[in-house]
Amino acid sequence: MDMSSIISLLQTSLELGLVSSLTVLALFLSYTMLNVCDLSTDGCFTLGAAVGAVVALSGHPFLSIPAAMAAGMLSGLITGVLQTKMGIDSLLSGIIVNTALYSINIAVMGNSSLLNLNKTETIFTMLKSAFAGTAFAASYKTVIVLIAVAVVVVFLTLFLGTRLGLAIRATGNNPDMVRSSSINPVFTTLVGLCVANAFTALSGCMLGQLQKSVNIDIGTGMVTMALASLLIGRAFMGKGPVSVRAVGAVVGAIIFRIVYAIALRFNMPAFMLKLVSSIIVIIAISGPYIKTQIPVIKRRMSAGKGRVE
Amino acid sequence: MLVIDKITKTFNPGTINEKKALKGLSLTVNDADFITIIGANGAGKSTLFNAIRGKFLTDSGRIVLDGKDITLLPDYVRAKNIGMLFQDPMLGSAPGMTIEENLALAAGHGGWLSRISNADRKLFREKLSLLDMGLEDRMNHPVGLLSGGQRQALTLMMATINKPQLLLLDEHTAALDPATAEKVLKLTADIVAEEKITCLMVTHNMQSALDLGNRTIMMDSGNVIYDVSGEERKALTVPDLLEKFKEQAGRMLDNDRMLLGN
Repeated sequence: MDMSSIISLLQTSLELGLVSSLTVLALFLSYTMLNVCDLSTDGCFTLGAAVGAVVALSGHPFLSIPAAMAAGMLSGLITGVLQTKMGIDSLLSGIIVNTALYSINIAVMGNSSLLNLNKTETIFTMLKSAFAGTAFAASYKTVIVLIAVAVVVVFLTLFLGTRLGLAIRATGNNPDMVRSSSINPVFTTLVGLCVANAFTALSGCMLGQLQKSVNIDIGTGMVTMALASLLIGRAFMGKGPVSVRAVGAVVGAIIFRIVYAIALRFNMPAFMLKLVSSIIVIIAISGPYIKTQIPVIKRRMSAGKGRVE
Repeated sequence: MLVIDKITKTFNPGTINEKKALKGLSLTVNDADFITIIGANGAGKSTLFNAIRGKFLTDSGRIVLDGKDITLLPDYVRAKNIGMLFQDPMLGSAPGMTIEENLALAAGHGGWLSRISNADRKLFREKLSLLDMGLEDRMNHPVGLLSGGQRQALTLMMATINKPQLLLLDEHTAALDPATAEKVLKLTADIVAEEKITCLMVTHNMQSALDLGNRTIMMDSGNVIYDVSGEERKALTVPDLLEKFKEQAGRMLDNDRMLLGN
């Protein structure tokens, strides 16, 4: 493999890693901070991609970003209302919304399961000229995504330091304490899910425009891939202030993509991606638990050997 | 002033596990009263507290705090004026967040998007130094690293950082080792006296029930059976209390954590 193909492989991994890191940051807020495993992530990602593509196709590429994020927020609001106001378990409400979004996404895409953006102006084609002649002319897509990620990381860091942000973190940590601080945990859960889903939809919107096509399956497995990235990031930069942990989430997403790209080079078929991400999540979550069980298992085994008759 | 007017609460009504936890209980708590509450297991002491703070709605009756009917308000709204400490020191604070962040949430200064200000930090330092546990130098440590006694002292600070109209203490030192328990109890008494906070405290320690506060009530099977204050209370001893219980309830006082003296 020559140098230029390695660089292009790294650049593609970086691009895709950065785009998906927006979803990872969404889960950083909902899963790590709010302690809600939001299973509507896949559908919301597709929703962002679909809404973004439709708005771009109608001739408003810049409007596609806020439109997608607003759609994501609405989806997050519904997931949140189901679990806080209507007595539906949080995992189940995510699954229900995810299923409903499948129909909604096809409707948004005009009764089609595929939208083609090849001849459409996207945020990337619009901004390409802005980078023409600069050092970033060749990697303008990466730079655009990087800017979006940087904005989201800075926003999250600032947001989680506000009183509202602290209340969201406390809701995931000790909801009783939130109530004793005279804050309604229903409110903090709703805000947290709205913000998180806005980022998930932004992530989908950017991926659709980057790939110049949106397929109804574009979001399938995103929640597991994002969780895997989140947990990889936590392993490297899981301690310290919120800013470091948010950057860790982004780094995790990039590492995940690079490892995946390398595996592809070694002839791993592309369809294995979702299996790999599932295995990473299993190892990352069950690893610490199994570690605590090892001494018990060891004792039982040695006790068996030295049995007194 | 807290007025509790004939509140009732039945758990699991109509089932084999039906439990009438509060049976038309009435109680008037005057401003700056510090009432200690004693009673047997299942007397309804914790249920009374949970009714006051709104963990559940009572089946009937009214609860009025400082002239405002709070009977139907949700718990987080009542929490603005009611502070509570539980027996379990882990319940009152968020372990994954720093001491400073916990205090900031409890203080609730500023709008939703405001950040912890230097004035807040200064206030927190001052308040924490009153605890004399060195916590003022550990404001950026996660609360999960603190000992039970430190966490309970911090929770006390959080509950009183804005003067509550009512402070509920549900055996809040029972899970601490004796030396720490004494320290937290003294801090509680100091803060309550200093701020003139109206306070209800459940205790299983008969001696501290008589030593602390200005009034003692005894509960049994969902009601107040004895209410004593003033000169009569000053003359009371622990054996008197036990005798009173036997007189009113018609049986011996049994509480698996009851301490008769020090």
